[in-house]
Amino acid sequence: MELFKNTNFDFLGKKWPFIIASLVLTVAGLSSIAMKHGLRYGIDFKGGALMTVKFASAPPVEKIRSAMKGDVSVTTMTGGGAVNEVEIGTELANETQLAKNREDMEAALYNAFGQPNSGKLDLNNAGEQAIASRLRDPLAGAGVSLSEQQLHDLAGGITSYRDKQAGGLITDFNQLSSVPGVNQAVLGVLEGQCYLAPFHVLQVQVVGPKVGADLRNKAILATLYALAGMLVYIAFRFEWIYGLGAVIAVFHDTIITVGLFSIFNEEISMTVIAALLTLVGYSMNDTIVIFDRIRENLKLSRREPLDVVMNKAINQTLSRTIMTSGLTFLTVIALFLFGGPVLHGFSFALLCGIIVGTYSSVFIASPIVLFWHNYTDKKRVARVPVTAAPSRSEPARKTPSRAAK
Amino acid sequence: MKKNLTARTVIIVATILLCIYGIIGFPTSGAAVKENIAKNIRLGLDLKGGTHLVLEVQVQDAVKADADQAMDRLKDDLKKQNIQWTAMDRNDPQTVQDADKVEITIKGVPSTQSSDFRNVVNEHYSTYILTAVNSTDYTMKMKPSDLLDLKRDTVQRTMDTIGNRIDQLGLAEKSVQQYGRSGADYEILVQLPGVDDPARVKELIGTAAVLEIDDVKDGPFPTRDALLAQHGGVLPLNTKPVKAKPRGSSDGEQWYLVSKSPVISGREMRNARPGQDEYRKWETSFTLSQDGGRRFGRYTEANIGNRLAVVLDNQIVSVATIQSKIEDSGRITGLGSEEESDDLSKYLRSGSLPAGVKYNEERSIGPSLGADSIHSGIMAGIAGLIAVIIAMLLYYKRSGVNAVLALILNTVVLLAAISYFHAVLTLPGIAGVILTIGMAVDSNVLIFERIREELRSGKSVVAAVDAGFSKAWWTIVDTHVTTVVSCCFLFLFGEGPVKGFAVTLTIGLIANVFTAVFVSKTIFDYELSNQRQLGTLSI
Repeated sequence: MELFKNTNFDFLGKKWPFIIASLVLTVAGLSSIAMKHGLRYGIDFKGGALMTVKFASAPPVEKIRSAMKGDVSVTTMTGGGAVNEVEIGTELANETQLAKNREDMEAALYNAFGQPNSGKLDLNNAGEQAIASRLRDPLAGAGVSLSEQQLHDLAGGITSYRDKQAGGLITDFNQLSSVPGVNQAVLGVLEGQCYLAPFHVLQVQVVGPKVGADLRNKAILATLYALAGMLVYIAFRFEWIYGLGAVIAVFHDTIITVGLFSIFNEEISMTVIAALLTLVGYSMNDTIVIFDRIRENLKLSRREPLDVVMNKAINQTLSRTIMTSGLTFLTVIALFLFGGPVLHGFSFALLCGIIVGTYSSVFIASPIVLFWHNYTDKKRVARVPVTAAPSRSEPARKTPSRAAK
Repeated sequence: MKKNLTARTVIIVATILLCIYGIIGFPTSGAAVKENIAKNIRLGLDLKGGTHLVLEVQVQDAVKADADQAMDRLKDDLKKQNIQWTAMDRNDPQTVQDADKVEITIKGVPSTQSSDFRNVVNEHYSTYILTAVNSTDYTMKMKPSDLLDLKRDTVQRTMDTIGNRIDQLGLAEKSVQQYGRSGADYEILVQLPGVDDPARVKELIGTAAVLEIDDVKDGPFPTRDALLAQHGGVLPLNTKPVKAKPRGSSDGEQWYLVSKSPVISGREMRNARPGQDEYRKWETSFTLSQDGGRRFGRYTEANIGNRLAVVLDNQIVSVATIQSKIEDSGRITGLGSEEESDDLSKYLRSGSLPAGVKYNEERSIGPSLGADSIHSGIMAGIAGLIAVIIAMLLYYKRSGVNAVLALILNTVVLLAAISYFHAVLTLPGIAGVILTIGMAVDSNVLIFERIREELRSGKSVVAAVDAGFSKAWWTIVDTHVTTVVSCCFLFLFGEGPVKGFAVTLTIGLIANVFTAVFVSKTIFDYELSNQRQLGTLSI
């Protein structure tokens, strides 16, 4: 099966509609960011305290809101595999205040939904250690004698059942009868010592605002250095304008993707940064493949104008471009659909990035090189009417310098 | 090229075996395979669940404590030498950044005694620089090199102490390391896989524990105002009012007046344990450092019958009367309950942190969330991989098998490298894996499209395969080297997650050059060498 055999589309002739579309997208994204007063950063970058809580049934958002004191946001999680999950968070406070806010939030949650005065242990939010030390004496009292190792195995079995099989929430003590080592006597002790809160704290994140700003700056700085490094390498292997074209194209992809995040009100978290890095790598790869073919074609046919050579190169690599992009797109679609809430932002960024990254190699990176060469050629022709013969002794696989015609 | 087919096959088989060993070891049963994989492929906290804390060591505490000690000693020395002074104090910077600004001011040294004063300071306080403000006033500041040593030592000791305390949790895996964020060298990163109860960890570490044992001058008073009223509204020199930590909710406030400079600081507290005395009464025993013990001995000997307050983070947790001279080990007796003795020993122990700590970051990921994200991540990964495999097989037919084999082998090599390098697989690391797989697919597609082109231009199968590989080779080198270059920068300048991404991607790309080019070419060569009459290639 072959889809694109000997195609001959005039890609560079149709560059303007795409460049304009790119500009429109860029402007739309940037103005969305400006209108929303900056990006919606995740807790990693803006700092704050955030709890992700899973409830046994539909979360009583209003009750949670009224239980919380102060400026606390409560949002229901949607998308991915999130079921009955809410995010409770505060932001923008200094480190000491944040730690206190976090404790207050947890306390409010227990007061509203737990049994804070019963003196019992909440089995849905206790760690293995806490369960083991809670059960040690009562079990002995109930005539169940266990060695320290057996006790820890029992507690470990209970937490592992809760976290792996029950998705973090046990609703009935009898569910535990399938855990190894749990018999009627143990169940009795469990019911006496513990209760089952209707919620489970999945995740707690507290990030000081200083750390957040620092993480953000470092990620941006590292990316900029990486782009500069790529520019230098491509300049060394090709010509500096190729490096610049590739880096501008990649930068363009990143800006558009970030703009789309703003338009769709998605959150920029640390995993999204990883996705942006992935799309930088992906788009760069795509651009280099095309540049490489241009370089090769330039050596074979020196007489043809650059835009013809470029068009040919893009057509020759079209089949691989579609294949690779298509296949990568398949993987990312799978990730987007089945990846769950944690991977949602990540796969969204890649989804945008692959589309933008693929067309930017053709319609952004290549035209930049073309514009530059047309410009210098004109200048050279104007200044030196008699052209020098192009040097025939170019090094084997290096700079494909275009001589003036 | 064809001749060394055997040699190449041997290299490939050896690599595969080595990689499989790296991932699953020598399993004896199905369960052992699972166990070894879990042991060899270490998952990051974001996938596995656990607690991640970043603490900032308040190094200015240690610098201030050092200045306090120097002041105490200097006062003694000056008295011995009969040198006069009117006031001696230090400033009180509150942040880590201001640790360098700690300064002792000595006022009113008569100008006739200035050379004696200088001699005393220069002889006994070699870590300080003495600067004259005018003929009678001086400032003392720590020398930059000694200051740096002290700060480093403080961070190191805090790390050791925290490490020891976390050992009480009995974890198989834990990591306490210095965290080198830019401009913040006083941070410690604590990672505890599998522990999703940060409250307990924080309790063990001891939150903001600056411990002092102070001399009680007066008290208790029901309010701060009552305390002030007793002293005519003015605090006596070198004292401070401190509130006692409420025991039960019914108790009112209790205020004490204590000495400003501590008798013993937490830095000198070595250990503390709860226990019972001969009459089965609860007590807390403690041990001090040698130096601290000597000073405590001198002090307690002279102050029998006076009271001492254990002050934690500017709150009195216990007040006790000195019964006898105490040197490097002592007991606080007459405590109400086991809980009280337990708490007190915890407070005293937490005081042995050389400086307070502040939490800059706290993350705890419940294992169920980790399990969820692994599960959905793997499901998505498998779904994506199957789609890619089907598409490759449909589009490139028999040659697609090559690509699929190369792809699977690439993943195996990548996982094995993670295992051998003891790297940790995190969510951003998985992003690296996805880009690796994308580029691995791309390498194969590049090569196959090139072979097709060569076939179309009328070359023989063998020539087309050779030309396809050699022409695609430089493209593959360029794309891979560019990405590896960018990874180097990400690794050098990036932070935690960005680093993880860079490491996984670099490993993956190196593996890919091996699998997509070397292995795939070998398979082609093998197939072609078996075909006697060089006919067709299914591509």
